[in-house]
Amino acid sequence: MQSRESYSMKECRADFPILNEKINGQPLIYLDSAATAQKPAKVLAKVQDYYQHQNANVHRGVYTLSQAATDLYEGARNQVQAFINAADWTEVLFTRGTTESINWVSTAYGQQHLQAGDEILVSYLEHHSNLVPWQVLAQQTGAKLRYVELDEAGRLDLVDLRHKLNPSTKIVALTHVSNVTGVINPIAQITSWAHQVGAVVVVDGAQAAPHLPVDVQALDADFYAFSGHKLMGPTGIGVLYGKKALLEEIPPVQYGGEMIEYVGLDEATFQPLPWRFEAGTPNIAGAIGLGAAIEYLRSIGMAQIAANEAQLTTYALKKLGAIEGLQIYGPTNGQNRTGVITFNLADIHPHDVATALDQEGIEVRAGHHCAQPLMRYLGVTATVRVSLYLYNTAAEIDRLVASLVAIKEYFVDDFT
Amino acid sequence: MTLHNLDQLYRQVIMTYAKHPHHFQSLSADTGQAVTKYNPTCGDLIKLTLVIENGRVQDLSFDGDGCAIFKASASMMTDLINHKSIEEVQRLSQQFSAMMTDGQTSAALGDACSLIGVRKFPTRIKCATLSWHALDELLIQN
Repeated sequence: MQSRESYSMKECRADFPILNEKINGQPLIYLDSAATAQKPAKVLAKVQDYYQHQNANVHRGVYTLSQAATDLYEGARNQVQAFINAADWTEVLFTRGTTESINWVSTAYGQQHLQAGDEILVSYLEHHSNLVPWQVLAQQTGAKLRYVELDEAGRLDLVDLRHKLNPSTKIVALTHVSNVTGVINPIAQITSWAHQVGAVVVVDGAQAAPHLPVDVQALDADFYAFSGHKLMGPTGIGVLYGKKALLEEIPPVQYGGEMIEYVGLDEATFQPLPWRFEAGTPNIAGAIGLGAAIEYLRSIGMAQIAANEAQLTTYALKKLGAIEGLQIYGPTNGQNRTGVITFNLADIHPHDVATALDQEGIEVRAGHHCAQPLMRYLGVTATVRVSLYLYNTAAEIDRLVASLVAIKEYFVDDFT
Repeated sequence: MTLHNLDQLYRQVIMTYAKHPHHFQSLSADTGQAVTKYNPTCGDLIKLTLVIENGRVQDLSFDGDGCAIFKASASMMTDLINHKSIEEVQRLSQQFSAMMTDGQTSAALGDACSLIGVRKFPTRIKCATLSWHALDELLIQN
């Protein structure tokens, strides 16, 4: 039997300077990594180092410093390629984040390929960023937006999914991991079904790439989007992976500097992939920081991170589930899910729970988690969400549980 | 545990209103003038319904979903403005706004003065002001 603390990656905590902070006089317990992850010192140092020693614009200058910056920026692209096992480095486009990545697909690919009567298949698990772009595309093209139902445990109903896939389905847009319930969708299985009817599959990997080994070729995803800041990189940098054949046929989303080849008075020619999508000066420091974050995660190993998180998630689910009056939404066992746990406590509103936890230094999310259709599907208006990452420990879960019990007493027993 | 800090926010009077809100879901949907306000950051939702006759609030109710602060504030507001003239309602709304922004209390606000403690929790001020913003919107429409 392992000791409780070996559930966590306790030794890595020293890599995260922010974990020494106090919040409301209490040691910080950060349980909102699904919103954004904390950054290891190596990532912070790499960004600082770039600005201090290599800062120049990329793909511009003939001078040494510009070449150094370009090497770092393009080196980060190669790190992303290896991280998600893309077949070719030109399939990795830098964006602002998952939202921009998905918007690029919906505007550039979607508007070119969809027409009235076509169908876009999404699910009730989607974050607004993988929903609203498709709603707008459907309105613009006359395509129909269809939703895959969920089963009782909150997982995708695969029978319903297969039933709704048909030759009119042109796009299947699904999250890899739910940002509300943590369920992992069987993307490889779904892409094989979707490809049989000729649909392309767009995967929202924002909650998956930081927590699981992701292999875009094994998943056979046509497009895969994720954000840098949720995997310990800086904010404002993200990735859109697309299969080369698809990226080559779609037009750029933005036009301007960097993405052009020859500019005449009335027309211009554009760069090859990936640069023709990256108009203007890119987020150079962001990309370099993302590369450093990937290097940090790979030094531990994504399989190891996933295994440790699964253990801590199982522990948290068991401890939280034992609190009387606490209801967990979504699967209550640790299988095929990540450490995103959403719940409500007695009849106490999630905002009141979150404010009370904040007094204990415990930072959690409360609200609709940018997934209003899912909230309505679950029959709730808001929930508390706890999300784990490799720096969290069983001792922190114990503090969370003790605080929740005290909060329940405070609200339910003291004010009756 | 350091939950005693919460006593500034969740005072007994606030929790009493939150648990037993006044004028909650008391009017039928087709009565009076209604406005729905939504706080997109947290999901709080209020539908405020007012019946105004001869420049006075004759009847009112609120419906919706939100936290204890939201419910208590909406409940206190409905108590305060019932049977008041539109001018008095506008003055109370300004006084409540002044309390939440500058910390000036006014005796006219009655129990709603207990919400001044919310100022120490900046992320929760919107919970207290949502119902008043709904009221302001209704008055503008009127």
